[in-house]
Amino acid sequence: MQKFETLKSIAAPIRMTNVDTDIIIPKQFLKTVKRTGLGIHAFHDIRYHEDGTPRADFPLNKPEYEDAQILITGENFGCGSSREHAPWAILDMGIKCIIAPSFADIFYNNSFKNGILPIKLPQEQVDELINEAENTPNAPFEVNLQNQTIKRGNTISFEFEIDPFRKHCLLNGLDDIGLTLEKKPHITDFENKDREKRSWIY
Amino acid sequence: MSQPQTLYDKVWNDHLIHTDDNGTSLIYIDRHLVHEVTSPQAFEGLRLAGRKVHNIKGTLAVADHNVPTTDRSQGIADEQSRIQVETLSQNCADFGVQLFDMNDKRQGIVHIIGPEQGFTLPGTTIVCGDSHTSTHGAFGALAFGIGTSEVEHVLATQTLIQKKAKSMRITVNGTLPHGVGAKDMILAIIGKIGTAGGTGYVLEYAGEAVRSLSMEGRMTMCNMSIEGGARAGMIAPDETTFSYLKGRPMAPQGEEWDKAVAYWQTLASDTDATFDKEITLEASEIAPIVTWGTTPEDVLPITAHIPSPTDFEDAAKQNAVGRALEYMDLTPGTALTDITIDKVFIGSCTNGRIEDLRAVAEIAKGKKVAENVKCAMVVPGSGLVKEQAEAEGIADILKEAGFEWREPGCSMCLAMNADKLEPGERCASTSNRNFEGRQGRGGRTHLMSPAMAASAAIKGKLADLRDFY
Repeated sequence: MQKFETLKSIAAPIRMTNVDTDIIIPKQFLKTVKRTGLGIHAFHDIRYHEDGTPRADFPLNKPEYEDAQILITGENFGCGSSREHAPWAILDMGIKCIIAPSFADIFYNNSFKNGILPIKLPQEQVDELINEAENTPNAPFEVNLQNQTIKRGNTISFEFEIDPFRKHCLLNGLDDIGLTLEKKPHITDFENKDREKRSWIY
Repeated sequence: MSQPQTLYDKVWNDHLIHTDDNGTSLIYIDRHLVHEVTSPQAFEGLRLAGRKVHNIKGTLAVADHNVPTTDRSQGIADEQSRIQVETLSQNCADFGVQLFDMNDKRQGIVHIIGPEQGFTLPGTTIVCGDSHTSTHGAFGALAFGIGTSEVEHVLATQTLIQKKAKSMRITVNGTLPHGVGAKDMILAIIGKIGTAGGTGYVLEYAGEAVRSLSMEGRMTMCNMSIEGGARAGMIAPDETTFSYLKGRPMAPQGEEWDKAVAYWQTLASDTDATFDKEITLEASEIAPIVTWGTTPEDVLPITAHIPSPTDFEDAAKQNAVGRALEYMDLTPGTALTDITIDKVFIGSCTNGRIEDLRAVAEIAKGKKVAENVKCAMVVPGSGLVKEQAEAEGIADILKEAGFEWREPGCSMCLAMNADKLEPGERCASTSNRNFEGRQGRGGRTHLMSPAMAASAAIKGKLADLRDFY
């Protein structure tokens, strides 16, 4: 997994609430057996017309947001299915950080596993950021994970909360499985004791 | 240990391997269900790292999302779907995982087959790369959906890194009115708490109306916990649970069964246990429900009318309602029972079990699907459900009424296979999500119970099943 330390980028606004995983990556693209290559399909139905041409009203189709690595959006982002294709697609289109008032649990969790930083901020702060991103698209935002801050020029400076373990993994690009396998003796010990209590499980 | 505990506390504590100083825990996973869509990259990860599957016995695989529901003798026509299903077979062979393949009569939707086989057991932790894993909470299991990275993590270690969630008890008091069931109850709950109301919580459903449900009904409720934002929903195991499981192929037998039941009987929340949040509903106030919009919280009793954006105070909600009405092509003030439908879908992990099909047959018996309905599709949740429905004469009743009788799978719940809505088509559906494009790009979904979907099929419009009594 790629490390996430700091990010300086313009931000694209998606003014929608409850952006669900079917919007982020529709089912016809879930037939892949790979993690990569989903970026061109991200947000398919709101990004392209039925004939495949880009929709002018989708923010990331506008030249000013083309290189955005940050998304700013509404509450309950990523609700719906557990498909990790959703963060894979978002990452593959170049987005590394998503800012919203709230996220659905599974999507939030899946994001960290792929080096994407999802940031929860109060609605008023998200509103301020999204207005900034719309009014002056060209000025970059600076996200610093170590300090847990988002800044823009001299006008905006917000702090955000993040679970210390997730922060540690993201800063160091750590692989969960490797970390867990270091605890193998604990797992074996658990299984041995549990076998006495719940023999029908094994 | 004298502190009162909830069902969730008990299951959590019995699976806790280790907790770090920062509160991050490693929990043991008893049962892992695997399907073709969310597993290929996980198996590939194992292969690249030279890792094995930690517990073969706790892992069960089935192909369900991509499989055709029509004749399967020629295999799968769509190349990508075929490759994904073949990849699952290859991965299961390589890693020694038990698989119900497409031609096995035990094949079906992953959340139908787990309980059916007795693979799902009370007090267990159950995961699957699918958000509707919450279904298994009906047995008093802690069951939740995970992403593919976590699928790989569970395959390799039989554990997950978790933080304990908050707890919410949802109590439904009293007796449900005639014609109102589990689907109406869960839709009413989602309408009350909202699609994000359960975010960060594990739900426990309680109260007389929940307790009096069959296992099928309990599974319908727990299944849609995720539509209320909660990864897991649980119901304490009781005699209904035990009698459903007894004798199932993968359930414990003999002395092991007795030992298991004794343990399962200790799992219910202690009477003085406290929850972080409590919600209460009265069963008598719940009517047959349909959704009108594009999130599962957009619910109304069938006797109601389409709302207007101005009925809502919050500006973001007004925008969302406006967008939903446009997508759904609905006008404020229209009676729900005046809305004409094009298709009917009966099935899914929410409502693809035998009891659901019985409810459909009860309405449809001796009647015909309305002429304006282009297709009324019934997709049993598993090969065994299909076999039972055929033995009970349900299949004949439905075919006689003009329903299509299909092979088991996820089908038009998410439309990954050939079963889908065309742009602009409107569907009465027993599935779980009415998102934009869920059942096909431009398709319009109204969620409801099986009996309500059957009523809609017969009338050709959204309909009140009470008109049929």
